[in-house]
Amino acid sequence: MIEIKNVSKYFGERQVLKRINTQFEQGKVNLIIGRSGSGKTVMMKCLIGLLTPEEGEILYNDRNFNQFTAKEKQEIRTEMGMVFQGAALFDSMTIEENVMFPLTMLTNQSYDEKIERVNFCLQHVDLAGSNHLYPAELSGGMKKRAAIARAIACKPRYLFCDEPNSGLDPKTSLLIDELIIDITHEFDITTVVNTHDINSVITIGETISFIYQGNLEWRGNKDNVLTSDNEKLNDFIFAQPLTQRIREKMK
Amino acid sequence: MLKKALEIIGEYFLFLKKVFSKPAKWSEFFRKLIDEMNSMGVGSLLIVCIVAVCMGSVITTQTALQIESPWIPKWTLGFTVRTSVVMELCPTIITLLLVGNLGSRITSEIGSMRVTEQIDALEVMGINAASHLILPKIIAALITIPILIIIAIAFALFGGYITVIITHVSSPYEFYDGLTSFFRMYDIYYVLTKTTIFAFVLSTVSSFYGYRIEGGALELGKANVNGIVVSSFIILVLNLVITQVML
Repeated sequence: MIEIKNVSKYFGERQVLKRINTQFEQGKVNLIIGRSGSGKTVMMKCLIGLLTPEEGEILYNDRNFNQFTAKEKQEIRTEMGMVFQGAALFDSMTIEENVMFPLTMLTNQSYDEKIERVNFCLQHVDLAGSNHLYPAELSGGMKKRAAIARAIACKPRYLFCDEPNSGLDPKTSLLIDELIIDITHEFDITTVVNTHDINSVITIGETISFIYQGNLEWRGNKDNVLTSDNEKLNDFIFAQPLTQRIREKMK
Repeated sequence: MLKKALEIIGEYFLFLKKVFSKPAKWSEFFRKLIDEMNSMGVGSLLIVCIVAVCMGSVITTQTALQIESPWIPKWTLGFTVRTSVVMELCPTIITLLLVGNLGSRITSEIGSMRVTEQIDALEVMGINAASHLILPKIIAALITIPILIIIAIAFALFGGYITVIITHVSSPYEFYDGLTSFFRMYDIYYVLTKTTIFAFVLSTVSSFYGYRIEGGALELGKANVNGIVVSSFIILVLNLVITQVML
């Protein structure tokens, strides 16, 4: 489990995160939702240690990440998998090499063991047979799936996904969502997903933290997100004509 | 202005501290080192040879025009060409050429990895991205660039010799005599020391400007220009300092 206690983050004078308190549970898909610029990505970067919050604690199983030594940080990072918004695959490597890379760098497995794991991961994300393609040869959805395969290669305990559906068509988005929830349940990992995709919110949001202008405005799950009486959350969830119609029907 | 310059210098040394740390996997480090040496050395060889031959040819023609006097010994042409080419022209001009070629490639490569979050991806995996990506480039530059300069010197002298044969500004025998006269091994130490320092500046400054990019494609372009300008400036200043100190 990951717990965030009173986390604040400043960029110069501007406070981007304002004393956030929330937790992300093991074996569940935990969503961070909010409008663009609300502080979701900053919060995720604080979680994975790419940014250091000025105040507060980030607890990985009750241990404060910001008080870890450099070696401890490096160790816990080997237990993290991250899917970046733009996939962040290494351009100069094939898909096979991309997925194999963390295994090469972080484990002492033989080539046969590594290739077996790579093929397992690629099969899991429905990319079997794409081993020798380069990232430039893949579509947006395939890139995201390859990034997920790389993120799970080292059997992480924590999986972070930064807007995994951005720029994808609805059907591919759904596939990515299903993949994320399947992986989370199958490997019992703590998954944190940044998103502003309403479909994801109502399909995979086992816990949902809604961030509004740097504050944690609401916390719940997919079952009560549509029935909440929080105005700011409703403004966000029911912003589109389609969701507005759903709301009217629900009423 | 001064404060900003001092901040950048401080940032540069912190960056070097991060780069010069033990690689996560030696086998991966050596694999990348060989790749980098291949791309830096083989990739730049043709342009270096062409420029060196042209430079040797021009300097021979120019020198021959300046020393047309019966009082000056015939071997002076070869001696002057050798001294100019070995001591100054090849180490400095070829390094400046490599700043534009290798330096901009390094800045673009590291910078685009930063912009597309590939460096963040490495950091999240628990890998020291600076050391993993940049240390092999620096070591490869320290090995490859002095070798390229030595090859450039050979080609420049060859260019001069061919010019003498074609234009008859001197006899080939006298030119060769001049090339081999008063040879000092110290000159080679001087050239190698100088080019090794230049290679260090080229690779570290270019990598630094790529690594510290914040933003997108526009910043990548600016970083590229800054990397080239700053590396060239430092190399020219160091050239003056090293010449004063070593000669």
